[in-house]
Amino acid sequence: MNFDFSDDQKLLQKTAREYLSEHAPLSLCRAVLESAAPYSETLWQGVAQMGWLGTAIPEEYGGAGFGRLELAVLAEEVGRALAPIPFSSSIYLAAEALLLAGSPAQKQTYLPKLASGEWAATFAHAEQPGECGAAAITTKFAGGKLTGSKVPVLDGAAARFAVVTATGNTGVVLALVDLTATGVERTAVRSIDPSRSLAGIRFNAAPAELLGDVGAGWSTVQAVLDRAAVLMAFEQLGGAERAFEITREYCLSRYAFGRPIASFQALKHRLADLYVEIELARSNAYYGAWALSNDRPELAVAACGARAAASEAFELASAEMIQLHGGVGYTWEFDCHLFYRRAKLLGVALGSAHHWREQLMERLGA
Amino acid sequence: MDFNDTSEEAAFRAEARAWLEANAERLKAGERAPGLAEGRADQELIQRSQQWQAKKADAGWACITWPKEYGGRGASAIQSVIWNQEESHYKIPPNIFGIGQGMLGPTIMVHGSSEQKQRYLRPMLRGDEIWCQLFSEPGAGSDLGGLRTSAVREGDQWVINGQKIWTTGAQYCRWGMILCRTDPGAEKHKGITYFIVDMKSPGIDIRPIKQINGLSGFNEVFFTDVRVSDDNRVGAVNEGWRGALTTLMNERHSIGGGAGGPDFGDLLQLAKETLWEGRPAFADSAVRQRLARFYIRLKGLQYTGYRTQTALSRGAIPGPESSIGKLVGAPLRQEMASFAVDLQGAAGVAMDGAASADDGLWQLMYLATPGLRLAGGTDEILRNIIAERVLGLPPEIRADKGMAFKDVPTGPKNT
Repeated sequence: MNFDFSDDQKLLQKTAREYLSEHAPLSLCRAVLESAAPYSETLWQGVAQMGWLGTAIPEEYGGAGFGRLELAVLAEEVGRALAPIPFSSSIYLAAEALLLAGSPAQKQTYLPKLASGEWAATFAHAEQPGECGAAAITTKFAGGKLTGSKVPVLDGAAARFAVVTATGNTGVVLALVDLTATGVERTAVRSIDPSRSLAGIRFNAAPAELLGDVGAGWSTVQAVLDRAAVLMAFEQLGGAERAFEITREYCLSRYAFGRPIASFQALKHRLADLYVEIELARSNAYYGAWALSNDRPELAVAACGARAAASEAFELASAEMIQLHGGVGYTWEFDCHLFYRRAKLLGVALGSAHHWREQLMERLGA
Repeated sequence: MDFNDTSEEAAFRAEARAWLEANAERLKAGERAPGLAEGRADQELIQRSQQWQAKKADAGWACITWPKEYGGRGASAIQSVIWNQEESHYKIPPNIFGIGQGMLGPTIMVHGSSEQKQRYLRPMLRGDEIWCQLFSEPGAGSDLGGLRTSAVREGDQWVINGQKIWTTGAQYCRWGMILCRTDPGAEKHKGITYFIVDMKSPGIDIRPIKQINGLSGFNEVFFTDVRVSDDNRVGAVNEGWRGALTTLMNERHSIGGGAGGPDFGDLLQLAKETLWEGRPAFADSAVRQRLARFYIRLKGLQYTGYRTQTALSRGAIPGPESSIGKLVGAPLRQEMASFAVDLQGAAGVAMDGAASADDGLWQLMYLATPGLRLAGGTDEILRNIIAERVLGLPPEIRADKGMAFKDVPTGPKNT
């Protein structure tokens, strides 16, 4: 048994952290948040050149052919940097869906474009407020055409193509849609975290092709979400740890009543509790990474634990970050709100923690 | 990252399993090994526990992480996990040697004389002699350095007077490890000395403490002119605090969340079988959410343990991070027990096997778990340890810093 990353994976982490600290300071996240741009094209291309986008994509499709553990390491670093790029949508969701269910021709068409960074992509699932199960999907797929609307779609403005959940003749299907095709209409949707854009996408008999077997649709959707849940858990973990580190530093440097506020037991205990929550989330994420990278049946349960724990840890870390900074933590000028926004954005992107706990019980209780 | 055994680990597991298969009875599906409910250590159970320990020792399976020179097999942290996993599948008596083998033995290995190692470690490992730890006092629990039990030197002997409390197993222990004040004129941590004391010595009075669950796992131990030979001093005079730290570090590592009793699987089963207005409680969304939270925390703890074992097997020493296990595990088990009692509605208060689910074990656990949160450091002390020693935050302000112990102000009850 060995429950840690390898030395090579830790080296990758170090390299990624160095790269992002230079090319993706928090000011970059802020710049995208404050501008109309949906993401940082410069960082996206930089990350593509570093080879990160193709990490888990096989070499025959233009990737580096490493595994999901390497991707998890990178996801954590992307999360630490609050990188304003459509990484999760393109890589954990679209690329994983293609790898899981795509035909050789589809893989050949789309994966090299993702690996090179030429195209970003997204996964369009939600249609209205609420948790979306199979029964909630009203977007229709028939005769190679897609009709309906999806909102909100994360990174919807950045994406060139989308993997869309829809209802076909025999139930739920996944469809691949070129978002530049006729019959596709995109509108911007204001976001709680404008450093990652949201869009509403309307399909009016837009040309689309099936992804995966007819009839296996909903189980494929769940499999894609499970895989993305583990990878996104690492991104959330990275964000939580960074928020924690900044907060710890602040509490050590800020003085009140003649002492650093980090010396007050009430604050020390909050920081200790936060540290513990992050460690527990990390351990659950590691288990998910192991199950994912080894294609284990345990993934169904491991993904739920990784996702729910990471969602709560990141939200807690970002909320505590503001609380422990005091009034300045609530200002636009300090970075706390960047974390607070991103925590919620990621926390609901694949369904809320509540949803994943329910899923966990369904899977354990069966 | 790999949960599978390496080939050496697989070989070790097979060897352990073969020996257990030949020497113990395998638990049937759904069967649970008898747990050590606080205070239930009667003579019969102690004997069975000792017999099993001796059997393991003779075959080289006792205290496997101890160095070979002391009778262990120098096993790695991972091998220890494997052994525990395998042993948990068999119907064996609960281990009543944890305080000695897990905490005091390692202290003797580091700070004891060669004669002490020679004399005490082997019978400790074999379970022939059971040990207790005499640290806490009525006025010095969390502030352990404030202890007042004194030891005064008379020739090559020491004379001990004072009172210890919360001493697990003092009734049946052969030896104790005790911290005594030997220089009240020094700063509080600098005037303490560590001794081994014969629990059969004249002048020792052991009084069981009745706990909230009605049982008596702990004792008060009174010392009146108890004599200890200087040969049984562990480490230098007035430097006992160093030994105490070794013991405490091992204590926090060895008191995890898990301590037998019903587990998550039992709770899930209970929620499925208990009817709420004709429907399984498990069908209720709030019940499911609670269960999911318990599960995710338990797994988080378990995998955090695996991360620690991985670090230990790569040569790290147990650090203050180990405090997470107790800080999370103890309140979690308290909440689980409380929830299990709630699930049963009005019958939740019943302690008789027939009237309540799971033979009333959840009720017993509900009453026992508040103690888990105190043993080996309160939640608050553990948070301080994590804050100061893991996160590097400033230490608590100590009003008695630099003061001679005899001048430290105390409340009226301590005088």
